[in-house]
Amino acid sequence: MSEASTTLDIHQIEARATEKTTFGFWVYLMTDCVLFAGLFATYVVLRGNTFGGPSGAELFKLPYVLIETMALLTSSFTCGMAMLAAQRRDRTQVLAWLAVTFLLGLTFLGMELSEFRNMVLEGNSWRRSGFLSGYFTLVGTHGLHITFGLIWMAVTSVFTIKKGLTESMRKRLTLLSLFWHFLDVIWIFIFTIVYLFGAKGI
Amino acid sequence: MKPVISEHETTHPLSLARYIAGFVGCVVLTLAAYLLVTRSSWSAWAIVATLSVLAVVQFIVQMVLFLHVTEERGSHWKLATMWLMLGVVLILVGGSVWIMNNMNYRMTPEQMDNYLRSQDSL
Amino acid sequence: MFASLLGRLSWSQLPQDAITRGGAASIVLGALGIVVLITVLGRWKWLWKEWLTSQDPKKIGVMYIVVAVVMLLRGAGDALLMRTQQAAAAGASHGILDSYHFQQIVSAHGTIMIFFVAMGLMFGLINLVLPLQIGARDVAFPFLNATSFWLFFSGMALVNLSLVIGDFSAAGWLAYPPLSELKYSPTVGVDYWIWALQIAGVGSMLSGINFLVTIIKMRAPGMTFMKLPMFVWSVMASMVLVAFAFPILTVTLALLALDRTLGMHFFTAGSGGNAMMYVNLIWAWGHPEVYILVLPAFGIYSEIVATFARKKLFGYASMVWAIWAIVFLSFTVWLHHFFTMGAGANVNAFFGIMTGIIGIPTGVKIFNWLFTMYRGRISFKSPMLWFMGFVVIFTIGGVMGVLMSVPAIDYQVHNSLFLVAHFHMMIVGGVVFGYFAGITYWFPKIFGFRLHDGLGKLAFWFWGTGFVLAFMPLYILGLMGATRRLDHYDASLGWQPLFIVAGIGACLVGVGIALQLLQLVVSIWQRDQRRDLTGDPWNGRTLEWSVPSPAPAYNFTTIPVITERDQFWADKQSGKKPVKRYEDILLPKNSGASVFIAGFAFVFGFGMIWHIYWLAILAILSLVTTIIVRACNDEPEYILTAKEVEKMDHALARRKEQYV
Repeated sequence: MSEASTTLDIHQIEARATEKTTFGFWVYLMTDCVLFAGLFATYVVLRGNTFGGPSGAELFKLPYVLIETMALLTSSFTCGMAMLAAQRRDRTQVLAWLAVTFLLGLTFLGMELSEFRNMVLEGNSWRRSGFLSGYFTLVGTHGLHITFGLIWMAVTSVFTIKKGLTESMRKRLTLLSLFWHFLDVIWIFIFTIVYLFGAKGI
Repeated sequence: MKPVISEHETTHPLSLARYIAGFVGCVVLTLAAYLLVTRSSWSAWAIVATLSVLAVVQFIVQMVLFLHVTEERGSHWKLATMWLMLGVVLILVGGSVWIMNNMNYRMTPEQMDNYLRSQDSL
Repeated sequence: MFASLLGRLSWSQLPQDAITRGGAASIVLGALGIVVLITVLGRWKWLWKEWLTSQDPKKIGVMYIVVAVVMLLRGAGDALLMRTQQAAAAGASHGILDSYHFQQIVSAHGTIMIFFVAMGLMFGLINLVLPLQIGARDVAFPFLNATSFWLFFSGMALVNLSLVIGDFSAAGWLAYPPLSELKYSPTVGVDYWIWALQIAGVGSMLSGINFLVTIIKMRAPGMTFMKLPMFVWSVMASMVLVAFAFPILTVTLALLALDRTLGMHFFTAGSGGNAMMYVNLIWAWGHPEVYILVLPAFGIYSEIVATFARKKLFGYASMVWAIWAIVFLSFTVWLHHFFTMGAGANVNAFFGIMTGIIGIPTGVKIFNWLFTMYRGRISFKSPMLWFMGFVVIFTIGGVMGVLMSVPAIDYQVHNSLFLVAHFHMMIVGGVVFGYFAGITYWFPKIFGFRLHDGLGKLAFWFWGTGFVLAFMPLYILGLMGATRRLDHYDASLGWQPLFIVAGIGACLVGVGIALQLLQLVVSIWQRDQRRDLTGDPWNGRTLEWSVPSPAPAYNFTTIPVITERDQFWADKQSGKKPVKRYEDILLPKNSGASVFIAGFAFVFGFGMIWHIYWLAILAILSLVTTIIVRACNDEPEYILTAKEVEKMDHALARRKEQYV
């Protein structure tokens, strides 16, 4: 916006806007947590409803899921590195760390889709039972969020290249990093409740 | 590039140390949970209890060290909404599990049959 | 090949009989009529520029209320049809509607009244009043606010489209499975219901976040929380509920959609589905929802009673405590909606006790209002009448609710007309009366002239009398064994006279609605007689009355500094004159992106309903693209210079002189 001939303190306005937006986005993340809670509640209630089909203990391959988990966790860390670089106003580093985060996230997503594909090909799709409906929906919703996060990351990287690390861009990076970290927080519970408990038949 | 932090920034400076500590902590917690399930012979309830604790600890680690929920100037609002969210989540998940277990038990004929039979023998 | 491109669409989905053709005609002619009117008046550009792309919450609020009032007419029409059917269909007569149409009308009535009338009036009034009451110029996220309205509009459009092509859900306003599953509801009806609510629900959730951040981050300097007007407190509480309860609705609707579209088994009767889980989830949302609706109405009553009793609100602190007690408790009672579904005594007892407890803070509020009136100098304008009608009706309905909180009693009356009478008394007596009072109260602030009070009072008396006549018989019918949603009953039961009385009551309510519309027309026609020249037509206490009427786009020329509760009232008492300082103001530019986002959401919903998946995918991609394009916009605001503000302010003052 044009700074010429106005009594408005643009910097203060931008700072307050950042504060408002960051808080608003945080509240949205809290509502998303409640959304996942609904999916968790449904999964837990239906987890025994295998309708004669396979249960988690029979389906889940834990070593594979561990690698997935580590990929996502590492991507959360590299996202933090990108934020540190943004604080230093180092645009190249920001883009580099974002690229690593993107690749790790893509790896996670690819591994998850592959897992889904194998299950479907073996006849264990979401149509098989209440348990599988719950599983695919809970894990799939997380995967959908990851997909949106990756798209957002790509778009943000393009914007950062074109516009540089302005206050507005740094605000957007903050929001993106909040979103990405939050996805790993949700994954902690998916990993524990779905995979680890499931593998033990709990 | 020189680090320039404008006086209007509402966040305290991010630190590398906290991110590394968070990452290492989460890897350890994740591996611990994984190994307990795959390599130990603990009972189901021991596993549920321990893994729940590990998950909650990792949650706290990530909230504090990655999501900075305690650090910033406006953070009491972030914390307040987080507590609200946790309350709703616990009520929703806990309440649903309690209610549905109760209903499933009472609305399933075979189990009801067995239950009533077991009551008769008392 | 061409047919498969159009999913389930076909000519046979257009209305096939007289009743559905009548319904379709009313929607099509209504929409056509509006389009023709705007074209003839040459107002398209004006409409787009001044209203549809506006990000001024006052304009958005007016649009919400206009849509809500139109939907009120449709919902009331449904009600009259239902009452007529039930009054006529005893014994040999089968009334005017067949079962399937009757069930669709029942489902449409509830869905429309809750999601599009009550929520619409609520968000409308919040948009109009909230920024003014906290001394702000706008809400926290103006673009999001506009998008919320247009998503609400898209949901409304889908519900109305169901009258024109396809059919609507016949599974009740909450579409319980297994009835709402594909096996027992194979038509598009339930899908219309799902997607209309899902789209409008996203709008609601975004508004919840928006208004919550607005209250927390945009209060005028010095306005600490214990100085907030009671309406603001109630909105804050309601928005906390919106933010934390609506995600549950989103999940539940999505799971039902997945069952119906992707063959999943969440709630199916078989393959490991559990229909009881749907009921559990939908009410975990549903109970907070009713408090979402009623809390802002309570806030309105607080404002109105204090203003029209000319006395400050009694027990401010206890009112605040009561609101937050209600917020917490509203998450702990939801099972009382399905006591009879089979839970054991422990579970039922816990939720029964919590339900009994939640009546207490509400009781505290009612007593506080009555204590406010005591020794006040009461002005019985129509808002006060709506309040007094509320006290009577809501209290009767409320104690019936406490009665039903005892599971053993609920077993006798669950899903009977007794229940129907109870919740109508709460929603109409509590929510609707409150929003009617609020519209009357704040109308002059937005439009610059008051509504005709005599017609308002007459409308109230028809509404109140009609409503009591329409619903008191239902308590008796419920105790006699009449269940809800009946389209026919045995003549020997002796129910018909009561249904006829209820039908007469409904007609009186219809007259009340007609009188409200007449009131609007007459008030506009005679607006010069009731101009609000001071900005403070009721001798109010809160900040919105300190700005001219109609309020300018920027709300305040100078953001006020607050030192006490009811600052405006205190200033009037101490004779303090407002300081006039003109400064540059940052305002949001208009944007059509909100309209497009919601338009694509509508197309997405349509595609999902009719299984035209290529269309749905295209719509989602367009929606995401629009969001990205909007994100590119670096200058979404413009500066209104101090000089321009001064000019506008002086113009408002000059216009006042015109009417003196």
